[in-house]
Amino acid sequence: MSELITATAADLAAKLAAGEVSSAEVTRAHLDRIAAVEPSVNSYLHVSEQAIATAEAIDARRAAGEQLPTLAGVPVAIKDVLCTVDMPSTAGSRILEGWVPPYDATPVRKLRENGLVPLGKTNMDEFAMGSSTEYSAYGPTRNPWDLERIPGGSGGGSAAAVAAFEAPLALGSDTGGSIRQPAAVTGSVGVKPTYGGVSRYGAIALASSLDQVGPVTRTVLDAALLHDVIGGHDPRDSTSLTDVWPSFEQAARRGAQEGSLKGLKVGVVKELAGGEGFQPGVLARFRESLELLEQNGAEIVEVAAPNFEYAISAYYLILPAEASSNLAKFDSVRFGLRVTPQGGGTVEQVMAATREQGFGPEVKRRIILGTYALSAGYYDAYYGSAQKVRTLIQQDFSAAFEKVDVLVSPSAPTTAFKFGEKTADPLSMYLNDLTTIPANLAGVPGISLPAGLADEDGLPVGIQFMAPARADERLYHVGAALEALLVDRWGGPLLHRAPQL
Amino acid sequence: MARAELMDYDKALELYEPVLGFEVHVELSTRTKMFSDAPNPAFADNHGASPNTQITPVDLGLPGSLPVVNETAVHYSISLGLALGCSIAESSRFARKNYFYPDLAKNYQISQFDEPIAFEGSVDIELEDGTVFTVPIERAHMEEDAGKLTHVGGATGRIQGAEYSLVDYNRAGVPLVEIVTKPIFGAEGRAPEVGKAYVSTIRDIVRSLGISEARMELGNLRCDANVSLRPRGQEKLGTRTETKNVNSMRSVERAVRYEIQRQAAILAKGGTITQETRHWHEDTGTTSPGRPKSDADDYRYFPEPDLLPVQPSAELIAQLRAALPEAPAVRRRRLLEEWGFTELEFRDVKNSGLLAEIEDTVAAGVAPAQARKWWTGEIARIANTKGAEPAELITATAVAEVQSLVDDGILNDKLARQVIEGVIEGEGSAAEVVEKRGLKLVSDDGPLIAAIDEALAAQPDVLEKIRDGKVQAAGAVIGAVMKAMKGQADAARVRELVLERAQA
Repeated sequence: MSELITATAADLAAKLAAGEVSSAEVTRAHLDRIAAVEPSVNSYLHVSEQAIATAEAIDARRAAGEQLPTLAGVPVAIKDVLCTVDMPSTAGSRILEGWVPPYDATPVRKLRENGLVPLGKTNMDEFAMGSSTEYSAYGPTRNPWDLERIPGGSGGGSAAAVAAFEAPLALGSDTGGSIRQPAAVTGSVGVKPTYGGVSRYGAIALASSLDQVGPVTRTVLDAALLHDVIGGHDPRDSTSLTDVWPSFEQAARRGAQEGSLKGLKVGVVKELAGGEGFQPGVLARFRESLELLEQNGAEIVEVAAPNFEYAISAYYLILPAEASSNLAKFDSVRFGLRVTPQGGGTVEQVMAATREQGFGPEVKRRIILGTYALSAGYYDAYYGSAQKVRTLIQQDFSAAFEKVDVLVSPSAPTTAFKFGEKTADPLSMYLNDLTTIPANLAGVPGISLPAGLADEDGLPVGIQFMAPARADERLYHVGAALEALLVDRWGGPLLHRAPQL
Repeated sequence: MARAELMDYDKALELYEPVLGFEVHVELSTRTKMFSDAPNPAFADNHGASPNTQITPVDLGLPGSLPVVNETAVHYSISLGLALGCSIAESSRFARKNYFYPDLAKNYQISQFDEPIAFEGSVDIELEDGTVFTVPIERAHMEEDAGKLTHVGGATGRIQGAEYSLVDYNRAGVPLVEIVTKPIFGAEGRAPEVGKAYVSTIRDIVRSLGISEARMELGNLRCDANVSLRPRGQEKLGTRTETKNVNSMRSVERAVRYEIQRQAAILAKGGTITQETRHWHEDTGTTSPGRPKSDADDYRYFPEPDLLPVQPSAELIAQLRAALPEAPAVRRRRLLEEWGFTELEFRDVKNSGLLAEIEDTVAAGVAPAQARKWWTGEIARIANTKGAEPAELITATAVAEVQSLVDDGILNDKLARQVIEGVIEGEGSAAEVVEKRGLKLVSDDGPLIAAIDEALAAQPDVLEKIRDGKVQAAGAVIGAVMKAMKGQADAARVRELVLERAQA
């Protein structure tokens, strides 16, 4: 494999800055890789036709002596949930097939302003509903570690693209784990920032109070570099925080230095670190990582979060409720698919026919669930109670963070499962997000990074750290620290052990 | 449609007590919309745009777009709440009202539900005979307007029978405040008048606040009228109907009256009132059934997750309260006293909506009676022929300038009217119009005396009468002289001179 595609974004940035390689060369290498492996992986829904031209323009600016941002010239893949003016933005749904938005999502605009080169749009479960990409209307993405297995979801396309060296960087969105769980099962790194840390403007909404855009990469440092680019206040998103954020790159670099873990208090969330549904190989790698942290000066304590056991139930009321409303706009009147019943029909009949044909089964399931949960007479029992649970979960987090600096858990209870294994039983699919959902409900940031391979199936296992809201910096610090120790132990990045595609 | 049976109005009142309720929507005249930076068509400079040109991705509800609250609209809403005597919520929330309709871009409306920005107030309204009636206000909340549907191909312009419909989203997202009254008891036979006076008072309030043009014909102010009847002596409220979009003062009055008569006829026959919305038909003065509406209407309200709660500081509220203009009722009482008009004169002025103009003109130094004369006379007449609002035609300062020319003896009333017309036609200031049109009074007695002598010579019989002491006969001569002078003479001076010359 070409070094241009296995290199980290940080290394590529350095080589580009030093003039050792051009953005056009790097971009071409990735397009070649995409052409070679896409037939088996299917990470991309759309590959940009302008990537080379964009790269050449960056090269020209550099050649003219312009001082460019750190990641200028580095290619990036974009989850199809984000609006892009130059590529269709479908959120993995038939109902938006071919729709090209008239505006860029704010994180995409920031990518362009920083000179990154969009390679294309990545596959996802329809409207980000799912944990396997099996619910994409355009066919599933396959896990580069085992093509018979799921790459996680909803952001399986972004994670697989990064893991299969089809992009050094990708953007994802995480509503209940859609960045972190795919990262875990593909051996890559994914970060869900603090709610409000990255603008949601132009991210096609699933559940507004839970959605957050974030980086998907192969190293913690690369995630930090990408987060530095996309983060910050956006007046177009009222829920975006006005904080001035520290440099996450610096946090990751400090974390990677020896001795950075000394005195760090790490809390193991009892409710997320074992029990029914957790695969032994996942728990084994998790415990190893804890030992490694401890050996290097971190203090490991167990903390209780008694309300986390209600997180999934609350989540599967709040998410469908908000989604049922957010997805109401897909009615054929102003954009997207329009299905007219035979012989014509009223606007109501056209709306119904369009939604019947345009939405897949999981989307319909959640719209029905959410509509029910918000109905008069049921609101208090369902949506109202779920919001109360959410408050309790936030309180659990607050109490825990009074005792520890970061919390830790496995990123997902299992490694990648096989296609079709859970589609017949939606509840078992939902349970795969057990570990990631609490962070979304509380708005706190979380990172998933590789912790090794499970003994029983040889597939990647992820470890998750969570920090208090606004303390994303800590994730990069501890994440980079553990990553350095693990890579050292493995003798190289985990992804280099993935089978050749 | 079969014509509904109506009960005699007085008979209806004898048997039943009417209970009213109003929902008034006010379009705020902010520069941009409630949740986007698109131009707001309810702002004066933005009128008359082509369909679907005053829109952004937010107004079209495009995927990924997000609303942002217009701060000015919040300030306007707080001011309105305060003017209605409401408490302002320390924290209020937006909520989504979910229903599918093609004029609603997102298929939900961002409104307020359980936490409105203003609540629990009351407003005093004045009936035509000066009686003050207090209307209790339940709440005033912020929301966005929907787009506008035009149904094409049907006979009625309604959706039934139409071949297709056009949607204009310019209006989508226009900031609205919805003012909801509590049930209004005690209006009795004056219920229709109470309805009219209430809407008129709301219009006065929003105009005095400067937060809306409040032109009902443009839909800036829209009224839904709720009417129910209960048999005399019964405590339980009757079933109500909600007559939508009753969009003139007079229609409010007529619609309330009609519903009272219609419902009474049904109840008297042992029938039941269907809880429903009804359409108002301006041409026939009747209402017809819309869609059934029950309390179980399910809009699946939930807090809008894309927006933060609105939490105005105590300082902001105090500041807006301090800036409130005088309440219309208080102001009217003050002006009536200051101006010394008769009740009838004052009511005329009030009903022509010219209080502010006259007030400004008086402030510019014109006597109240003169100010009233110009505004309700010549200016109102020209406005009427032009189909415009008087205030759009001429400023109070210009009127004051004309009056001062009259006071200085340079113009008489007739000439002054021509000057006003000239100013309105854009010929310049009053002085410039006088100059250009050559409208000055002849102040030199020489030409007047010549004209008088000529007129007296031409009418020897009149001269005789004057000499016999019948001075009123001088009128004929004065008329002839004024005509000869083309009106540009001071009639009083002409009269003096006629009497003088007759004795000569």
